[in-house]
Amino acid sequence: MSRFAEKDTAITGVGMSEVSRGASKSALALTVDAALEAIADAGLTRADIDGIATWPGEKADGSGFSPVGCAALQDALRLEVGWYGGGGEAPGQYGAVFNAIGAIAAGLCRNVLIFRTMYEATARKTAYANSLLREGQRQAGPFSWYAPYYTYAAALQQALFFNLYVHKSGITPEQVGQIAVNQRRNAALNPKAIYKTPITLDDYLASPLIATPLRIYDCDVPIDGAAAIIVSRMDVARDLPNPPIRIEAIGSSMRYRNSWTQLDALDTQAQPKVAEMMWGRTDLKPADVDIAQLYDGFSFHTINWLENFGFCERYGAKDFIEGGRRIALDGDLPVNTGGGAMSGGRLHAYGAVHEACTQLWGRAGARQVKGDPRVCATSTSGGPLAGAMLLVRD
Amino acid sequence: MTTRVLPAIDRDNQAYWTSGREGMLAIHRCAACAYYVHPPVPFCPRCESRDVAPHAVSGRGRVVTFTVNHKAWVPGLPVPYVLALVAIDEQDDVRIPCNIVDCSPDEVAFDMAVEVVFEQAEDLWVPLFRPVQS
Repeated sequence: MSRFAEKDTAITGVGMSEVSRGASKSALALTVDAALEAIADAGLTRADIDGIATWPGEKADGSGFSPVGCAALQDALRLEVGWYGGGGEAPGQYGAVFNAIGAIAAGLCRNVLIFRTMYEATARKTAYANSLLREGQRQAGPFSWYAPYYTYAAALQQALFFNLYVHKSGITPEQVGQIAVNQRRNAALNPKAIYKTPITLDDYLASPLIATPLRIYDCDVPIDGAAAIIVSRMDVARDLPNPPIRIEAIGSSMRYRNSWTQLDALDTQAQPKVAEMMWGRTDLKPADVDIAQLYDGFSFHTINWLENFGFCERYGAKDFIEGGRRIALDGDLPVNTGGGAMSGGRLHAYGAVHEACTQLWGRAGARQVKGDPRVCATSTSGGPLAGAMLLVRD
Repeated sequence: MTTRVLPAIDRDNQAYWTSGREGMLAIHRCAACAYYVHPPVPFCPRCESRDVAPHAVSGRGRVVTFTVNHKAWVPGLPVPYVLALVAIDEQDDVRIPCNIVDCSPDEVAFDMAVEVVFEQAEDLWVPLFRPVQS
């Protein structure tokens, strides 16, 4: 066994339900669709799945943020597993993958079904207000420090971090807008993307301000949908039909204060040490990366990751994305090739893994990156949460 | 302005949310090494003392970062308004989320000197900051 357990695992199949602004079926039904597609794609059957993982686990709060957990999916598919786990206290959305790697290394399971389900589009049309706060209800926990200050959405907390980044880096709205424009251009070639109509830089600059410096086109789009991946032990993966997409390295660290208010590096958030950890577990370098699926809950996350992964220097992202050529499908480093969460839909970092595998397996059709891409960097983030993976197809 | 959503009070945060009644901003401070511990917890991560208790600070600080919110997230929410993180003068790594009040959002700037004011809400006194007056 390798010193790094992730090197003994690989992604062997992926699946995605319909993705919409109002689903034709239940959240559980969407999850079943994604799961069955991933299992079949891996060349497996339900009987082969012996582990399940998700992040952040079932939240029966009506928000649609995570309406389906491990238990509901396990029972729906009548899976018999050696291990399962879902929960939000992890280094971001990929925490489920990191847990699965550990479970495989511990000999608890061989093929783990990992999924993420969102039902936010329907939730916002019905009972749940577009708000983190409930009037008249006192707020406990870490968010209590923000609660009295009209902090209705994660966008406001993130805007605090991003505004400091703008202040320190000198990035202009014209440069930031390249992220939204690029992703919409890519989404036009993705049949499952939510928004396919191209936008121009002028459209971006004319879009409404949410909380400075965030505009509406800097934000991901709430959807109904589910994505699933199968992570298998490497010896199992070698016998399956798809070329294994090896998990070459992960970054899961937390070496800052774990707080949305006291986080040490406000303008870079938790990413630098996570990237450092990932690069410390592989001989590959940023120059070896063919494509990048970078977290884009907000466009600034993507901008931050370009620097923190080392694709450019600190505060150099503004020059890297200037004009948008480098990050385009035919650029030096194609970024968020399926439109990302901002145009493709908020599958919350699992859409990004799905797109990474789609590209690495050469299945991306009209948006397929030329030159047979083999190495993809992918990431999640948000305040003190961050995780990263380097995926490689041999 | 729309009603503020208030924090749930526990033994650790009670002083922070109520000391405004006496016009003070109370931040937990280590009696042994004078390190300010925030959010409040009765343990000093610097010297490992358990003798950490609320301590009145000057109420002055600087704007570390801020955002001007333009979206009306709920009906009737007056916009724009400013959400900020303020570092207290006594210790720059103690950051307090707040609204910046008594000035136009356009006037708020990075590193701006600010001072605390309190707004009573039910049994709590919510710390807000305004530009230093003098």
